[in-house]
Amino acid sequence: MALLSVRGLELHFVTPAGRVRAVNGISYTVEAGELVAIVGESGSGKTVQAQAVLGLVAQPPGEIVGGAVEFDGVELLSLPEERMRTLRGRRISMVFQEPMTSLNPVLSIGRQLTEAMRLHLQLTRAVADERAVSLLGMVGIADPERRLRQYPHHLSGGMRQRVMIAIAIACDPLLIVADEPTTALDVTIQAQILALMQDLTRRLGVALVIITHDLGVVARYADRVNVMYAGRIVEHGAARDVYRRPAHPYTIGLLNSVPRLDRPRGVRIEPIPGSPPDPAHLQPGCAFAPRCPYVVDRCRREEPPTVTFDDRHVATCWQTAALRPESG
Amino acid sequence: MSKYLLRRTLGAMVVMWAVATLVFFMLRAVPGDPFTAMVFDTGDPTAAEEMRRAFGFDQPVYVQYFKYLVQAVQGNLGTSIYGSRVPVATIIAESFPRTLSITVLAFLIAVTIAIPAGLISALYKYSALDHGVTIVAFLGLSMPDFWLAILLIIAFAAGLGWLPAIGYAPLSEGFGAWLSHLIMPAIAIGTPFAAIIARMVRSSMLEVLRTEYVQVASSKGLLRWQVLLQHAFPNALIPVITVMGIALALLMAGAVVVENVFAIKGLGRVLIQGILNRDYPVVQGAILIVSGIFVLSNLIVDMLYAAIDPRIRYE
Ligand SMILES: Nc1ncnc2c1ncn2[C@@H]1O[C@H](COP(=O)(O)OP(=O)(O)O)[C@@H](O)[C@H]1O
Ligand SMILES: [Mg+2]
Repeated sequence: MALLSVRGLELHFVTPAGRVRAVNGISYTVEAGELVAIVGESGSGKTVQAQAVLGLVAQPPGEIVGGAVEFDGVELLSLPEERMRTLRGRRISMVFQEPMTSLNPVLSIGRQLTEAMRLHLQLTRAVADERAVSLLGMVGIADPERRLRQYPHHLSGGMRQRVMIAIAIACDPLLIVADEPTTALDVTIQAQILALMQDLTRRLGVALVIITHDLGVVARYADRVNVMYAGRIVEHGAARDVYRRPAHPYTIGLLNSVPRLDRPRGVRIEPIPGSPPDPAHLQPGCAFAPRCPYVVDRCRREEPPTVTFDDRHVATCWQTAALRPESG
Repeated sequence: MSKYLLRRTLGAMVVMWAVATLVFFMLRAVPGDPFTAMVFDTGDPTAAEEMRRAFGFDQPVYVQYFKYLVQAVQGNLGTSIYGSRVPVATIIAESFPRTLSITVLAFLIAVTIAIPAGLISALYKYSALDHGVTIVAFLGLSMPDFWLAILLIIAFAAGLGWLPAIGYAPLSEGFGAWLSHLIMPAIAIGTPFAAIIARMVRSSMLEVLRTEYVQVASSKGLLRWQVLLQHAFPNALIPVITVMGIALALLMAGAVVVENVFAIKGLGRVLIQGILNRDYPVVQGAILIVSGIFVLSNLIVDMLYAAIDPRIRYE
């Protein structure tokens, strides 16, 4: 049984301007200890679906319209807030996108690192401090005793993200959800942080969901990839398969829009033309149709089918069979 | 830090010197002098001349000015030119504690009411409770302090007879007596102050609640009160302290006004009487003390910043 299993999750926001269909029935699983990526352009609903899983979506304006989220054998969507709270930071933790703003400017690093341990694990201050020192060592921060007494403004962005990772692993969670953990960082530091997260979670046996818009980066680290577009998962498969033999026109477009080493000479980097649809005004049919180079008439009329091939590689598209003639 | 304090103290002295100079010359810029009026009834011009000499007013203005400065630096503020020529320092020592009592009490009452009210307003945004706080705050803001003072006297002194309408009792006569005389003036001037602080706490808290670090705190599974009071509130307080510092000026000004309504002989009454009588030394001394209080409260606000926000370090 999967550690995390999201089935048919649907999340809307009720706004004065209308109903925003941010997540439209997504399903994915995460096995214990596994590294799963969720990839998609900005606005595709990656962040809010993660917040829904952790019960962090304010309702209203949010509204979970349907679906189920099962974690470690427990159904989360119907779990009372008080029980959900004891899971958050304890069994599931989250790393956020902006290390510059995710630490509280007026509380010391030590305080922010130990408070969850003291609450969830009921550690004494001395024991928690000791563990904090070893946690900072694990995430590669030198001179941890001094760092614990410092405040966020003393640390660089990369270091702050290391602190956030230390906070995330502090209570020995089963799952970490990292929402674009490197987007705000320098390219050189991005690779360091991703390698650190991969290494740590592997070593500790923690499952990791990495949310990103950079398919190229993530294919190097992830076991499996879910490609998200307009609140749907349009392609899913082993990271290697999705990267080498993308099956959905959107995934192909994403791959063509980032530099890659194995690209044949002469193929240029090309961004996908147009922009994602406004989730407040979704049209019938495939949401990608207006931007799709392979579009046919029925794409605009009918919901695309979900096609499975090569064992566990799945795409939701009318044209997949045409794009990949060898699959059945 | 001590270097910073030294610099701030020097700055404060410059400000107070500027205020003293301004007041000194402004008082003398008005034509005539107090002595002519004082002896007008007697019809004896030599008496006025004699008094002028006694107080050194016969000397050139710049000599008077430097004498005044030298004495002030030594802590000698001169004497009232009226009656038994009470030293200005004595007048201030008597009246200032009253004004300070009203101001401090008003501040304490306002802050204890305004901070919880603002927090509740923010946490239950757009609820009936929030609207209630908003309406009360706007009422409080739009009510002039002297008007509120009169209403309070009508209700609690004249009507219910719970509190003395006017006057002052020093702390030495007991806390109850002291409080019963000061509570109405304090509420009268503290109300608009509380309204400003409550609104400020509300908007500042709402802003902080949207920040990522508050989301992070929630994602750690902290208890709701921990997220609100330990993570959000200290950050929300930072802009509120600025406003408190500015609004403290408002409180002092308010105290000066309501002292007259409640017939409390505080610094405000001393000042007004001094101005009416053209009692130069008294006016000069009173204004010097007020400016000193402002300089000091500014310094306290800056110290509070440093205490709450580790990003602020003075050196
Ligand atoms: N509180 C909210 N109210 C209304 N719409 C929201 C809210 N939060 C997110 N959305 C909308 O949901 C969609 C998905 O957002 P998000 O999950 O942040 O995208 P991503 O993380 O993939 O960039 C966006 O169109 C966004 O505008
Ligand atoms: Mg996002």
